[in-house]
Amino acid sequence: MTFLELTEGPLWYAAATIFVVGVVWQIVGIVLLGRKPDRSVPRGSALAGAVKANVLHLWPHGGFFNKTGFHLVAGYIFHIGLFVLVLFAAPHIVFIQDHITGFGWGALPRWGFVLAAEAAFCGLILLWARRIGDPVIRLLSTQDDLAGLWLTFIVMLTGCLALGESIEFLRALHMLTVDIWLIYFPFSRLMHGFTFVFSRGYMGATFGRRGVTP
Amino acid sequence: MTDIAKATDVFMNKIDAQVAAHLDACVRCGQCSEACHFYQVTGDPKYTPVYKLKPLETVYQRYKAPLSGIKRMLGLAPPELTASDLEDWAELVYDACTLCGLCTVVCPMGIDIASMVRKVREGFSAAGLVPEGLTGAAQRAIEIGSPLGIKPQTLEKIIAEQAEEVGIPIELNKVGVDYLVILSAMEVLNFYEVIGALARLFKKAGVTWTISTDAYEATNVGIQMGNLEIAGTLVGRIVDAAEKLKVKYVISPECGHAYSALKWEGPNLLGRDYDFEVIHILELMDKLRREGRITFKGKDDRKLTYHDPCQIVRRGGIVREPRDLLGQVASNFVEMKDCGVYNICCGGGGGVSANPRAEDLRLKAFAVKKAQVDDLGGVDALVTSCANCRNVLEEGIEHYGMDLPVIGLSELLADYLDDEGDAASAT
Repeated sequence: MTFLELTEGPLWYAAATIFVVGVVWQIVGIVLLGRKPDRSVPRGSALAGAVKANVLHLWPHGGFFNKTGFHLVAGYIFHIGLFVLVLFAAPHIVFIQDHITGFGWGALPRWGFVLAAEAAFCGLILLWARRIGDPVIRLLSTQDDLAGLWLTFIVMLTGCLALGESIEFLRALHMLTVDIWLIYFPFSRLMHGFTFVFSRGYMGATFGRRGVTP
Repeated sequence: MTDIAKATDVFMNKIDAQVAAHLDACVRCGQCSEACHFYQVTGDPKYTPVYKLKPLETVYQRYKAPLSGIKRMLGLAPPELTASDLEDWAELVYDACTLCGLCTVVCPMGIDIASMVRKVREGFSAAGLVPEGLTGAAQRAIEIGSPLGIKPQTLEKIIAEQAEEVGIPIELNKVGVDYLVILSAMEVLNFYEVIGALARLFKKAGVTWTISTDAYEATNVGIQMGNLEIAGTLVGRIVDAAEKLKVKYVISPECGHAYSALKWEGPNLLGRDYDFEVIHILELMDKLRREGRITFKGKDDRKLTYHDPCQIVRRGGIVREPRDLLGQVASNFVEMKDCGVYNICCGGGGGVSANPRAEDLRLKAFAVKKAQVDDLGGVDALVTSCANCRNVLEEGIEHYGMDLPVIGLSELLADYLDDEGDAASAT
């Protein structure tokens, strides 16, 4: 078994299993903690509040646009770039078709891929610079926050190195980092990619009953 | 001595799905610092709202988070909470958070930090770390009936004076009326004209009402300090009095935390529904206005603006009513930038104003509110609907040498009430 066969084969399936089981375990674990029923007489709908909070917090509101502009731009550039890369880069579509879905979809042209990659790198580097440069975020950051950030950076970097697909080792190296990233994900703050819906939703539900969405 | 075991137990019990989702979703972006007046005026990162949750988060990550067992085994879980951790955090939790909740607005994850600071305070209360100002207020509330030590006899005297002043009898402990009025200690002590104002407004509207000498105090220091036993006792007093007097409604007065305590937290504290409805004074006034039961003549032509009390507006949902009411009596009303749900706290909510240890920081934090008011280019008066905000605003205004009167909304309404004609029929 070659290094590539290992990382795209048994290691990939193990990592993907740990990722899926870990994420489901985390989410179910959080939800099963439950909430006591609220006996107060509601003025509005909890469900509507949960939906509204999820939409409202996609974008700064309440006069905070200027104060949060850096994080907003860097965050969105990174996330959009990353998702475009993951879902629309031609090698990724082939991999997803072969290993997960059984079907594929149209890939981005090369210029789109390069643009998305540049955006993702640019956003991630800006977020990293803020994390180490801003005294508030430095105080809040843990080893986990930095590990998640660096791991994601390494995955993207090895992905770029493997871009030509001509050197098998580089492709295998990229897959290895992807596998490690997937295994790390459920144990880390990278889980925010799933828990944000619940966080916004619970808050929105609480205040939706009160007829307001902060 | 700090009881770390009790605090840890409380934190464990307080971590539910919502807390867990919030703590797991936080990406440490630090945006919440942009919303916190204590950080804004000091620039000290320790005042970042989410940082104030560290004791709760430590317990969550160590013991209660899904997969925390594996993390403990691998040595990846945070270390045990210590007594000195809690002692170090007491200032952040009690002195530097008004529970205003503006940090939730700015948080991209929608984390309700204020409600979790409340839970942290519950742990701190169990550990014996409540500041003296709050424990003293709680003792007076339990023993005398008011956190400011106002005895029933004093209240009766003030009510009698107000009744005489407006020429309207006010009956105490009257069974079978529609509404029970409760008051905040700050209203009774500093802004007692509101009692006369209510008497006039209610007479005009044909509202039947009373005040109970068993339960006249609306504020709930138990909520502010994080002691749910005291909070439940204080809410229970109001509920018992209301049910004994067989009223249909209890009117929550111009006080932010009082509204939160009675309307949103009370039924959960007591574990049962009320036999009456809770209505905020602004909701009632707006209802009476819409029904044509109170009308106004003339308008205040001063340039007025409105300070939104956080617990009534951002965390209470009463946003439209004060504006509709002000529209009836103010001809030159201007909104502050980022008003309503997004307004800036007075700096003294959540028990901060009752905590002498926090006074310097509170007055410093008032600079953020001052800037919001100054941004209007000068106003003649500030209207609000929370007696505690009013008191804190007045102290801040005096501290910064500003010339700005602060007015209670109910009193402003009474000033322009059209008293002529018969009272509307009571319902």
